[in-house]
Parts: sequence; structure tokens; C-alpha cells
Amino acid sequence: MKERLIVIGNGMAGMRTVEELLKLAPDLYDITVFGEEPHGNYNRILLSPVLGGELSFEETLLHRPEWYAENGITLRSGTRVEKIDRRRRVVVAADGSETPYDRMLLATGSRPVILPVAGHGLPGVIGFRTIADVETMIDASQRFHHAVVIGGGLLGLEAAAGLLKHGMKVRVVHLAETLMERQLDETAGRMLQENLESRGVEFLMGAKTREIIGRKRVQGVVFEDGREVSADLVVMAAGVRPEKELARSADIHCDRGVVVDDTLQTFDPRIYAVGECVQHRRAIYGLVAPLFEQARVCANHLARLGFARYTGSITSTKLKVTGVDLFSAGDFTGNEHSEAIVFRDPARGVYKKLVLEDDHLRGAVLYGDTVDGSWYFELMRGGVDVSAFRDDLMFGRAHIGDTGHGGGTSTAEMADDAQVCDCNGVSKGDIVKAIRSQGLFTLEEVKKHTKAAASCGGCTGLVEQILAATVGGEYTHPDRKPLCACTDFSHDEVRHAIREQHLIDRESVMKGLDWRSPDGCPTCRPALNYYLLAAWPGEAVDDRQSRFVNERVHANIQKDRSYTVVPRLWGGVATPDELRAIADAADKYAVPLVKLTGGQRIDLVGVKKEQLPDIWGDLNNAGLVSGHAYGKALRTVKTCIGAQFCRFGTQDSIQMGIDLEKMTWGSWTPHKFKMAVSACPRNCAEATIKDFGVVGIEGAWELHVGGNGGTKVRVTDRLCRVETATEVLEYAGAFMQLYREEARYLERTAPWVERIGLTHIRTRVVDDAERRRELYERFLESQRYARHDPWAANRTPEQRLEFVPMQTLSMDAPTVIPAKAGSQ
Amino acid sequence: MSEWIEVGPLESIPQLGARVVATDQGDIAVFRTGDDQVFALDDACPHEGGPLSQGMVYGTRVACPLHNWSIELSTGEAVSPDEGCAGRHEVRVTNGRVAIRL
Ligand code: SRM
Ligand SMILES: Cc1cc2nc3c(=O)[nH]c(=O)nc-3n(C[C@H](O)[C@H](O)[C@H](O)COP(=O)(O)OP(=O)(O)OC[C@H]3O[C@@H](n4cnc5c(N)ncnc54)[C@H](O)[C@@H]3O)c2cc1C
Ligand code: SF4
Ligand code: FES
Repeated sequence: MKERLIVIGNGMAGMRTVEELLKLAPDLYDITVFGEEPHGNYNRILLSPVLGGELSFEETLLHRPEWYAENGITLRSGTRVEKIDRRRRVVVAADGSETPYDRMLLATGSRPVILPVAGHGLPGVIGFRTIADVETMIDASQRFHHAVVIGGGLLGLEAAAGLLKHGMKVRVVHLAETLMERQLDETAGRMLQENLESRGVEFLMGAKTREIIGRKRVQGVVFEDGREVSADLVVMAAGVRPEKELARSADIHCDRGVVVDDTLQTFDPRIYAVGECVQHRRAIYGLVAPLFEQARVCANHLARLGFARYTGSITSTKLKVTGVDLFSAGDFTGNEHSEAIVFRDPARGVYKKLVLEDDHLRGAVLYGDTVDGSWYFELMRGGVDVSAFRDDLMFGRAHIGDTGHGGGTSTAEMADDAQVCDCNGVSKGDIVKAIRSQGLFTLEEVKKHTKAAASCGGCTGLVEQILAATVGGEYTHPDRKPLCACTDFSHDEVRHAIREQHLIDRESVMKGLDWRSPDGCPTCRPALNYYLLAAWPGEAVDDRQSRFVNERVHANIQKDRSYTVVPRLWGGVATPDELRAIADAADKYAVPLVKLTGGQRIDLVGVKKEQLPDIWGDLNNAGLVSGHAYGKALRTVKTCIGAQFCRFGTQDSIQMGIDLEKMTWGSWTPHKFKMAVSACPRNCAEATIKDFGVVGIEGAWELHVGGNGGTKVRVTDRLCRVETATEVLEYAGAFMQLYREEARYLERTAPWVERIGLTHIRTRVVDDAERRRELYERFLESQRYARHDPWAANRTPEQRLEFVPMQTLSMDAPTVIPAKAGSQ
Repeated sequence: MSEWIEVGPLESIPQLGARVVATDQGDIAVFRTGDDQVFALDDACPHEGGPLSQGMVYGTRVACPLHNWSIELSTGEAVSPDEGCAGRHEVRVTNGRVAIRL
């Protein structure tokens, strides 16, 4: 018999968990869902637009009753659970029925705080939490005139704006002197207040409610200072409290909420809890993004996979009042270690506050201009070291030259035919249309359906903003993006599992992590292959069919299906014999073009696939090996002439370059990896736009990391100065290994360094000698299996099959043409 | 006129891979999936003629090596939202030998 899972609470967090669980283990449980509200699960966030008359309740339904039936779930809507009997393992519902369980999920959400003043129980006094509350408000607005909202926070202001639309006279009562005093300082709070006042909301600030008066129904509110206002409707929006009574009465450990660990388990191992009722590492969340993250982890454990962890979330909010732009995220109050940068422009109605701590952005509040909200949010969640652009931070992303990332407001103003994705020629209109007509919710879906952001990714930020603007509050920016559509796990989680569980082949990763498709897809396969090889050198077997064609045939595919062949010229140096061999090969195979590359190598362009093994053979005979000009691998080490000849040279850059290349060639890396060595600060080898750059100075070497000369130029960060060539090699190996172990597949060093911060690298590679040596040794160990010429390996009879047709036919009267000798 | 022409042993095509049958009217790509199904398509992507035989095979699809369109092997149709079709050929495997109908 299947195990019985009972879910208490038919709300957003609970049902999201069930959905995730069904994806992972559709047949594990018999599921019963209890919900006090008489509906299927609806999108609570959208209650404000429902109140404002912009949406119907129907449009907010996430799961209709049919959905439960189709998935074999028993829905007991309109049924409150009164008691959990943990000894007998049954729950008792309000109708007296008893239902047994093997496991339970508590998702009871929270309850509005109703101030316990006299008269709080009168008809017409409500919270703002459920569709029933909204119906009460709309009904009251049709019969009465005066509304009072107690609480000037996000929820209260959204309620006030909605009631105003229904023609009520709305007064907002707030205890503090300014609105949203926790998020905004005085100036900003007043700016917001003035904006709302100009729309007709009246505010009573610094007002403490003493009593609610009325006979049959609420008639007025009286304050401590004796003031009195009339009211036919009182909405209490003075905060919410986790709904934990049910758990507490069953002696499940509670503090402010139901206490759970990183697996969302309560103190009773049979019982899990998610959502607003939960307290995790002292934090309680009141927004859906973190709750959905909890849901994902909880489902992983309910499905008995047992490895996902929830470690807390950073959250952001946006006030959903049309015409008011307000965004806040993270810890915007700060502490004694943090500092705040504030920007005010009351004339334009703009206020911004950024909270920084140790060169990291911890919180942000934006009013009037929220263009950079999502960028700041990304910087916070990514833990990006902002020291490099700290001074420009306040002026936004556009200011630091990061193209393609306007803001919510600017995307709203973009014309429909404005091109968003330059790679695939997708306009804003195309994207909006696809989102609307096909009901897209995630960046991945938009990429798939429109191809926007699917190539270079430069417009990802812009696409995300269009998505957010089009689907509104429902768009939740995934905290950890899944590796691809085949899995819910992120790059980091997959890597973690590969290392922890000692997985050495693709099949066991896909099986162990419940991949949705047996062979994966072109996104995850190369990534997994890399992670496996990087984690278990010598043990993991390279999966040829999971490599992009260039890495499979060790040449670069061209648009006419020919290939390019680039032999390695160590440090950019070639002997006349090597040049002759390259020229001879070019003649012998009638290579259409011989070209000097930007990386100081020679490119034989237009070689036919069938010719590859033979041309390699000739080059091999002259001592030349593959230059890996095609791989996510060590590419080239460029050098300048250096001290041997150059009148300014201080160091032997050529020898240094050759030594670096001999040590690192053949290694696979998350993305391509380029180096350069210059012998003086004139830097003719352009070392400061390389992944690892070396610049010789009198008696020492300057080491640089994280440069990039491609799509978006990034100058390196200076790592440190060392004195000997041996040290250069050790630091280079250690840095490369750190990158190999920690960066995500297809993440070049430049974005990686920006994501994790230079400090992270310095502490491991520079400050801690032992760690550096360990990294270096792991690098050398993995090089034992990597420093082999792939060209030679691909000339074995077995590998040669890849390069020849399996059969040659004449089509006139289909017959087999005998193979030429030697080509099978 | 149509005939079955034997082109070689199944074993000579890698799983999740492809080989080419060269003809005087262009190459035909013969694919083998992870569960040993075999399909044959003209070796030219409906997008810009990329060699599908060089792509990555997954499920019953192949991703073109040039611009990453996905093509359904059983029909030759590009996977939505892309549109287009690569010519399809019937194939069968008997006693471990692959034959194409031409
Ligand atoms: C051959 C070469 C152009 C040349 O004739 O000079 C070249 C050719 C290609 N580059 Fe490059 N790049 C070449 C030097 C560069 C350089 C200059 C350098 O290495 O000093 C850069 C900028 C430096 C850098 O990488 O930071 C460069 C930045 C790119 C980029 C952008 C990378 C980025 O991170 O922004 C791409 C696209 C990618 O990798 O996704 C790219 C991709 C390509 C590809 C592989 C495009 C493709 O996928 O087919 C081109 C392959 C053509 C072919 O079949 O050979 N190529 N490419 C150069 C080979 C260098 C070598 O000797 O190995
Ligand atoms: C007006 C409004 C606007 C909001 N706007 C946003 C926004 O813009 N962005 C954002 O991220 N978040 C917003 N939120 C917050 C968001 O809606 C909540 O964080 C989210 O709904 C919480 O999900 P939950 O499952 O924990 O709780 P809920 O969705 O409240 O679900 C809990 C359910 O459990 C039921 N229940 C409780 N006890 C029992 C019992 N004993 N037996 C049976 N059933 C029980 C309740 O009736 C309820 O249906 C908004 C909330 C409101 C009210
Ligand atoms: S710049 Fe590089 S990628 Fe672009 S066309 Fe030239 S070689 Fe190809
Ligand atoms: S040619 Fe196949 S995707 Fe462009």
C-alpha cells in the first residue's frame, strides 16, 4: 500500500510543494489536502488586482478542483483541521472525521494580526488575506462610504489603493510618523505619502487605535489622543502572524513559527512544514519566492531523494500600486558594520538607498526609479564583490557599461519593434506576444520559444525584465537556476552530488538526480561530462557523444561543413621546420586558406572532415600537436619578444609562456582559458585581457586574472606579485584549478570572478600557501590524464570511423560504390 | 522506384551518434539513439544546411551543430518554435545490418 501524505493548508506554498513532489515521485503517496478555504488553490498575490477590479477571481486560480482529481489527490476544501494526534497518527477535522497519515506537510500560512482593541469583533472589521476578505471589501464599498485601513505597510497601502478605486473615502492609520518606516527613511516615506495623498488617500500618522465603536456594525475608530473618525469598514493590515497553533497544540516545537531545519523537517521527523507558517534559521518569510524555494527542497525530501538543502533566501518586494514605483530588497536597515549610500532627488521624486557591507551589497530601497532593482537584487544574491564599481553603483547598471540591461520602466517604454536579442533578431513585441499567447513563466521557456537570450546571453537581463513586466507579480526569479530543462538542480547542486556521492559517469548522475529525460539534452550533457572529468580525473570516462562536434573531432566546424586545423605553437614560437610542415600540409591537402590567428597560431581553414586524420598525421610527424583552438580548454599562451631581444624586456617572456603552455595544455576548463605573458608593462602580449595574465617587471612578475577581450571587454584584476618563474607556474596552476573546480560550465573567468569576488580567489590562491599548493597538486594530478595529443588518439582505426562515410552510393540506380582502399 | 540498400552494421554507428552515407546527391545521415532506434535524414539542416550528422543526439532528436536547432529524427521536422523539415528516409535493421530505402 502507498504511504499516506496529508497536506494541511491548500495555499501557495503547500500546493507548490505537492506539484514539485509529483514531478519527482508521482506514485509515492496517496495525497489528501485539507484547506479551510472553500476553493482550489489561488494566487494570493493577485488579491490586490482583484480588489482593484483589474482581475477576476477566476483568473487567479492556480489549481482547479479538476487538477486535484486528475492527479489522484483527495481535496477536502472548506474543511479545517482542528487537531493532530501524533501518537495515533491521525488528523481530526472540524467535521469530526479522522484521517490517518504516514507523513504530513504543514502549510498553514499566516493570519492577519487583528489588534485586540475593544470592538475588534464587530462586523465590518477584517484582515486582508483571503478572497473572502476581498469580497467583503467590495461588498462594503457598494453599500458604504468610509473605509479605514490600519497599517501603512505594503499590504495596507495596496488595500487603500484598491478601495479608493471603488469610490470609497479611504483613511490610512499608521502608528509611526512616516509610511513604511522600516523600508524608507523620512524623506522617502513623505514622498510616497504625498503621491498617495494626491490620489485622494487621507493619512492619520502617529495615531494609535484605542477602540473600534459601533452597535450592529462598525461605525468609527477612536484613537488614544481622542481623535475619532467614522468608518463603515476597517481593514487591519498591521502585520501577519504565522499560523502555528495547530502545530503547537500537537507539541511540535514552535517559536515565532513552526521551527524547521534545512530540510524543512519539523522536530517530528514524519512532519514537514513550508511557507509562511515556518521559522527557518530564525527567519520567517512573507513572500512567495522564498516559499517556492522551500517547496522545492521539501519535495526533494518527501520524494526520498534527500540531498537538497534550504539555506535561506534574500527577498525583494515591489509595491503593486499602479503609478507608484517602489522596490526594496535584502537587509535595508543595516547594522553597525554596514554603511548606507543614499541618493535623494525630491524634485524628480526619486529616492535610492543602498546598504553595503564588506564590499558587498546587502540591501536596496528604490523609490521613483526602480530601473536597477533587479540588477541590485542579482548582485545581492550572487554575493558579488562590488569594490571595482562601488562609486558607480548608485548610478545603475547602464552607467557601468553593461549593455542590454535596462530596467522595468525602460522595458515598459520600449517600442514593440525594438530589437532585444541582437543574435537572433527578436523584438520586444515577439517576446511579449509569446509570453501572453503561450503562457510562459520562466526565462527558460522564453528562450526556448523565442530564441531571445538563447545565444550570447547578453540580453538576458532585458528579457527577464520584459518577462517580469508582462507577467507581473507572478514572475518569480528563480534563486538557483536549474542547469537545464531536464532537471531542477542547479549547476552547483549537481557538482556537489557528483563529488559527495562519487558519481563517475553520466548515467549514474542522471539516475541519481532524477533527470527527466534519459539522454539529457545538448545543454546538460557537455556540462555533466566536464563536471565528471574535473571531479574524477583518470576515473571518469570521457563521453565522446556528449561533446560538441568541435571537441569530438578536435577541429572547428565551419558553415560549409569543412573544419579548421590549428596546430599548437608553444608560446607562439615556430621553427622553420614546423612552418615548412604546415606549408607542406596546406599544399598536400589543398587547404583553401592559411591564416594567422589572433592567438599567435596558424589556422588551416577549410579542411574536409575526411582529411582530418591524415593531415593530423603529417603534422604529428613534424612534432606538432593539436592547438585546442576549438575547446572549452586551455587555448593559447601568447607571448611578446621579451628580454632575449627587446630593448625594454625585463624577463624572458617567451620561455615563461612556453613553460606555462607545456604545463597546462590539454586541460579541460569550464569555458575557454587563455593566457599571455608580456615582459614589461608595455604589455605587447595583451596580458591584461586574458584569463590569466603575466607581466614581467624588474626582478618580479605581476599576475593578473579574470580578463576577457571578447563580447564584453574586461580588464584583469591584479592578483599579486611573485618573484620566481616557479611561483608563476604554481599560482597559474592553482588559479586554473580553482576555476576548474568552482566555476559553472560555460562561465568564463571574467563573469566568474565578478560573481564570487576577487577576495575569494586571493584568500585561496595568494594568502594561504598550503591551499595554493593543494590546488596546484590537484591540477598537476589531473594533467597526468590530460596532456595527450587528441589528434594522435583520433587516428586509431576505431576512431577513424567518425571521419569516413559508412557507405558511398550512386543514386541513379542505387548501388554501393566500393570503398577506396584504406578509407574504411 | 525504391529499393532497400544495405549500408553497414549497426555496430559501426555509435550510440547517441551518427554516420554518413555519401551519395552523389548529397549525404544522408544515419542516426542511432540511446535505445538503438535508427533513423535516416538528409544531412542538411532546414535552417542553413548544417550537417546534422555532426550534431548531438538526445532522445529521438538531434541538435544541429551550427545554430543549435533541434530536429525530430522520426519526422525530420524542426522542433517548435523553429520550423522546417529535413528530408526523411526509411530505415530498418535486420540481423544487425542497417538498410535504407531509396
Ligand atoms: C581563429 C580565431 C580568429 C583569427 O583568425 O584570429 C578565432 C575564431 C573563432 N572564435 Fe575567437 N578566434 C580567435 C581569437 C579570439 C580572441 C583573441 C585572442 O585569443 O587573443 C578573442 C578575444 C579574447 C578573449 O577570448 O577574451 C576571441 C573571442 C571569441 C569569443 C568571445 C569570447 C568571450 O568570452 O567573450 C567567441 C565566442 C565564444 O567562445 O563563445 C569566439 C569564438 C570563435 C569561434 C570558435 C566561433 C565558432 O564557434 O565557430 C571562431 C572559430 C573560427 C574557426 O573555425 O577557426 N572567439 N577569439 C582566433 C583563434 C585564436 C587562436 O589562435 O587560437
Ligand atoms: C493581498 C496580498 C498581496 C500579496 N502580495 C505579494 C507580492 O506581491 N509578492 C509576494 O511575494 N507575496 C505577496 N503576498 C504574500 C503571499 O501571498 C504569501 O507569502 C503566500 O501566499 C504564503 O503562502 P502559504 O502557503 O504559506 O500560505 P497561504 O497561501 O496563506 O496558504 C495557507 C492556507 O492554509 C489554510 N489553513 C490554515 N490553517 C488550516 C487548517 N488548520 N486546516 C486547513 N487549512 C488551513 C489557509 O486557509 C490557507 O488557505 C501577498 C499577500 C497578500 C494577502
Ligand atoms: S570575430 Fe571570431 S567569431 Fe566572429 S566571425 Fe570572426 S572569427 Fe568568427
Ligand atoms: S544550420 Fe542547423 S541550426 Fe543553423
